[in-house]
Amino acid sequence: MADEPQVIDQPASKEIIAPGYTFGTVTDQIAAVVLTKKTPPLFWLGSFAVGFGLLLLFLLAVAILMVKGLGIWGLRSPAMWAWDITNFVWWVGIGHAGTLISAILLLLNQQWRNSINRFAEAMTLFAVACAGMFPVLHLGRPWLMYWLFPYPNTMAIEPNFRSPLVWDVFAVSTYATVSLLFWYVGLMPDLATLRDRTTDRFAKFFYGILSMGWRGSAKHWAVYETASLLLAGLATPLVLSVHTVVSFDFTIGIVPGWHSTFFPPYFVAGAIYSGFAMVLALAIPLRSAYNLKGLITDKHLDNAAKVMMATGLIVGYSYILEAFTGWYSGNVYEEAAIWNRMTGMYKYHYWTLVACNVIAPNALWFKKIRSSPVILFIWSIIVLIGMWLERFVIIVASLSQDNLPSSWGRFESTRWDWATYLGTIGLFLFLFFLFIRLLPMISIFEVRTLLPQAKVKEEQPR
Amino acid sequence: MKKSIYGVMAEFETPTALVNAARAAREKGYRKLDAYTPFPIEELSDALHLHKNRLPLIVLIGGIIGGISGYLLQYYISVIQYPLNIGGRPLHSWPAYIIITFELTILFASLSAVFGLLALCGLPMPYHPTFNVPRFALASRNRFFLCIESTDPLFDHDKTCEFLETLEPREVSEVAH
Repeated sequence: MADEPQVIDQPASKEIIAPGYTFGTVTDQIAAVVLTKKTPPLFWLGSFAVGFGLLLLFLLAVAILMVKGLGIWGLRSPAMWAWDITNFVWWVGIGHAGTLISAILLLLNQQWRNSINRFAEAMTLFAVACAGMFPVLHLGRPWLMYWLFPYPNTMAIEPNFRSPLVWDVFAVSTYATVSLLFWYVGLMPDLATLRDRTTDRFAKFFYGILSMGWRGSAKHWAVYETASLLLAGLATPLVLSVHTVVSFDFTIGIVPGWHSTFFPPYFVAGAIYSGFAMVLALAIPLRSAYNLKGLITDKHLDNAAKVMMATGLIVGYSYILEAFTGWYSGNVYEEAAIWNRMTGMYKYHYWTLVACNVIAPNALWFKKIRSSPVILFIWSIIVLIGMWLERFVIIVASLSQDNLPSSWGRFESTRWDWATYLGTIGLFLFLFFLFIRLLPMISIFEVRTLLPQAKVKEEQPR
Repeated sequence: MKKSIYGVMAEFETPTALVNAARAAREKGYRKLDAYTPFPIEELSDALHLHKNRLPLIVLIGGIIGGISGYLLQYYISVIQYPLNIGGRPLHSWPAYIIITFELTILFASLSAVFGLLALCGLPMPYHPTFNVPRFALASRNRFFLCIESTDPLFDHDKTCEFLETLEPREVSEVAH
């Protein structure tokens, strides 16, 4: 009877949090990143500078887009969707890992999520913000974007609810809202910690207002726990639905190479795959720069790499299924679409994405690779590139060569395509590193619950 | 007659000590008490009998309202206000309405979860008497507090303080209004 708890307790807690932490040291270490008066580390300054520089590029690209119109991008008939929608799908997909970590792993009672969920959720929010830029800018007249929503208007026109593009508006805006709420609810107790820890009057006011006067009352915690469980339960079907709806943008159309039923699960798996790559790409440098290896341990990287590999294998399977469906359909257009992808104008893109998404993830079978942060970082970048290419090939290769050969054409990107895309990476980095500086990047109260001291020891009844 | 206070508060160093103290206080008959901790403790909710709350009901109602209004919104717009004939499909093409109905269900349910949480907790509340205790700032770091409020029928300043002292706290302090 005595050795049972030992067997259960020891390995789990040792790997997801380094031994020797106390409630106080955990709090101080995470809060210090935000509350310090010192200049942030070089890593932060460098990343923030790059982000800010690219953000300025984004503003320039958008300003020119507004003045000159969509022609500055490489969009030409027949490829009227290209980098913009590619980037949109890529960014939304990246966001999915944050919700998976915060919601699905909470429901599955995976405690290792506690120390990575906060920044992963922030990543979700900022990725969705970047994603939202593209469909809006692609409208041509972005200042009329509110026409996408049904509202009483003097023009007496309304959206067509049978269009997947309208579904997308609702899915993505709901996703952004719910992610923000979930993230904020998770932040409340930590904002109270910062309010109580800071010595700066302005910071005390700022965090005090944001924490809403949270005081850690047991009555509040009881409701709070119910709320996070319910929000997790709501966010789980939501996150799966978002990329499903994004895939409907394609599958509902009859363009060869788009019109198939396996797109929703294929897209969701791809989303989680690229999202975990982004989580790794952010976590690995962060934990080194801020000396957080005791909180974001090798176990976290290992687990994230495993999820990445599993979803990567699903994505690889989907490519095989895609080729099979094209062949088995017996439809000349479907066959041609697959054949064009593999051997046509975009064959280099296609085979690079196969290398990135089908061959590369198999390296993660080896524990040696999963336990080397540097290799994992490189691998996550490979995956991000691979997933971007995947979306590009699905969209552009199918549109460039559809049913009518006389209307075929080749898409060429312009420097403004690049500027807008790099610009949103800048927006992402800018927001993310502001977050790192202003809010606790690891959920302090959830990490406290991981400590062995947090367990209530049942003594003799008395 | 002493000047009125909010209650008395004992500070503990471990969650176990707090849970035991909360149990003892309940056993002693105190009902108006609350504990303050840096993280949620399940045993504490047991000890203070806090397991039932109305949040799930609020979320359910929010979700149902969201779903119904999402569907009706689409029905009203597509069938009554702005009927569009697209390929001769019926105006009331319900399978196409499922997605937005689902999204609005989730949206309304989540909004009611968050606003329900705030309402049930009485937040935002920038001021609370417990903040008057200087050491209470540690309730968001590493200390565990039990507060017996003066509105409790059994509350008596000296006796309650004495009782709290028997629980071996680190410190017992008064909570001014």
